[in-house]
Amino acid sequence: MNSIHDMGGMHGLGAVRAEPNEPPFHEKWEGRAGGIVEVMTFPENFPGDRFRYLRETLRPDLYLTQSYYEQWLYVAEQILLEAGMISAEELRDGRAGPSAAKRNDAMRADAVWGFLHDRAHTGRKLAEGPRFAIGQRVRARNMQPDGHTRLPRYARGKTGIVTRHHGGHVLPDAHAHWQGPAPQHLYTVRFTARELWGEAANPRDRVNLDLWESYLEPA
Amino acid sequence: MSQHDHAHEDSAAIAHHHDIHSELPSDPALRVKALESLLTEKGLVDPATVDAWVETYESRIGPRNGAKVVAKAWVDPDYKRRLLSDATKAIGELDMLGNQGQHMVALVNTPEIHNLVVCTLCSCYPLPVLGLPPVWYKSAPYRSRAVLDPRGVLKEFGLELPEHVKIRVWDSTAEVRYLVVPERPAGTERLSEEQLAALVTRDSMIGVAKVKA
Amino acid sequence: MNGVHDMGGMHGHGPIAPEQDEPLWHAPWEARMFGMRRGGTFPPGFNIDRWRHVRELIPPYLYLVRSYYDHWYMSYVAALLHSGMATREEIKSGHAAPGTAKRNDAMRPDQVWKTQKTGGVFARAIETPPLFAIGQRVRARNINPTGHTRVPRYVRGKVGVVQLHHGGHVLPDSNAHLQGEAPEHLYTVAFSMRELWGPEASPRDEALADLWESYLEPA
Repeated sequence: MNSIHDMGGMHGLGAVRAEPNEPPFHEKWEGRAGGIVEVMTFPENFPGDRFRYLRETLRPDLYLTQSYYEQWLYVAEQILLEAGMISAEELRDGRAGPSAAKRNDAMRADAVWGFLHDRAHTGRKLAEGPRFAIGQRVRARNMQPDGHTRLPRYARGKTGIVTRHHGGHVLPDAHAHWQGPAPQHLYTVRFTARELWGEAANPRDRVNLDLWESYLEPA
Repeated sequence: MSQHDHAHEDSAAIAHHHDIHSELPSDPALRVKALESLLTEKGLVDPATVDAWVETYESRIGPRNGAKVVAKAWVDPDYKRRLLSDATKAIGELDMLGNQGQHMVALVNTPEIHNLVVCTLCSCYPLPVLGLPPVWYKSAPYRSRAVLDPRGVLKEFGLELPEHVKIRVWDSTAEVRYLVVPERPAGTERLSEEQLAALVTRDSMIGVAKVKA
Repeated sequence: MNGVHDMGGMHGHGPIAPEQDEPLWHAPWEARMFGMRRGGTFPPGFNIDRWRHVRELIPPYLYLVRSYYDHWYMSYVAALLHSGMATREEIKSGHAAPGTAKRNDAMRPDQVWKTQKTGGVFARAIETPPLFAIGQRVRARNINPTGHTRVPRYVRGKVGVVQLHHGGHVLPDSNAHLQGEAPEHLYTVAFSMRELWGPEASPRDEALADLWESYLEPA
């Protein structure tokens, strides 16, 4: 989706403001929000990539102004709403509806540590071998999916060199839209800054992207 | 300092001044009132001149101008030829050149080719022949989608074009301004030039609509 | 500048939702702002290219949420502040600082029609012959200036065919930064939708852009 989140190469977003000794959470509610979103009960088989996609559907001006954990809350709400696990009225009122049954399978506190250290792997074994070899020149396709993708606009149509092969990984473009893991070979592709930004760019700089096989074609 | 560095510093210095907005009310009516009062006090604007600009685009300049150009092209093949070969001159014959419309190109729609005009970067629009642009023309949805999905855009305006029609989307990135000459609808053979002009809508001269008889 | 204003090809901005029989102004202040911009005094040398660039520098989230004539307000204010023609205090209060001399050279009502009629001619005679011919294949260069430019991101690096040649025109990239008119040959170039957006785009449709000679190279 060509939305505002796809920021690579944008000007006008201001200076990088690094805060020294930044705390993990700036307000208590951020910690609560972060915690809720990590451990809440998700819809069954919820595909992790859909979280990122839903965030990308945030209205562009809100994407630019709402703080990070506000955006996590928005996404959590969308996930529960679209699965019918909460209703718009319940969300508005902050209370379960009168007929709502209470589940008893929420994650327990003593399970959190294990949960955070035992995340689902995106790696998958693939029957077919990789199409591209280390050192091969490849071109990132010119595609404009209006759904989720991890091929940023600034790399589309650009040529680079495969430097790593990571084996098979879940494909976000499919996974985010409930189409299953649809794993593909994943590569790191190195582009020169000049290839991406033109002759005025530094001739020595490089930008590396991790790109799935369907994002690429031989160059 | 290179040209690039100069532009960079210049832009940074200007951008700095946009941060005043954290100190101003969000209601534009209040801010604009304060600005007019300030500019008047400093002699930087004459309120009567403001009135005159408003009145000019309320009464004297509007899409009726463009409609006259289109109707003339429909009834007068020689005029249409002149319009296609040098629209600036031909529109000038009708005394309809002006600011934001001094460099004109006419785009003729046919059953095979449909032209559509946009300004993706801001809001460039042929003011002297169409007056002031509508909000939708200047807004993000149209600006972003017209070049990417013109058929989807036209559908939103209720216009569906057959697959064989070639759509040409003209992005007004310079000072050249584009006037679409829509197809003359069937059943209008007996209408006078004036009656024809009355049928031509602003939207058809941007390219998001066809003219109805 | 790769600002948020460079919108061609973006998703996520929602439906167009045109208003039927839209009035010229949605509130009286819009008319006043329009008239002020057209009839007001600007800093020495100010021109339309600079106006557009000042507008592009509006912070992205404000650019997205503020309405069109509010962009005009923000741009005029930034120009006044940057040039020193007004101070922040004056803008906030709506009153000139005590002791400020009142100028007497503002545009008069009787000058409005002539200004409208004769203003905005950007064609310029230039000596060098055009580099490109009608029908020639050209590529829009991949340039990413931080200053003002009128080559949109979506055409950079793409190959098209010259359709029209408009002679010499003032170059915005220079004029916007008060570096002189630096006129160049201006061309209209047609790009196929597939060239711009990839093989899934319409095989027939085209997008055209008006591009100055320095934006182009032979293809």
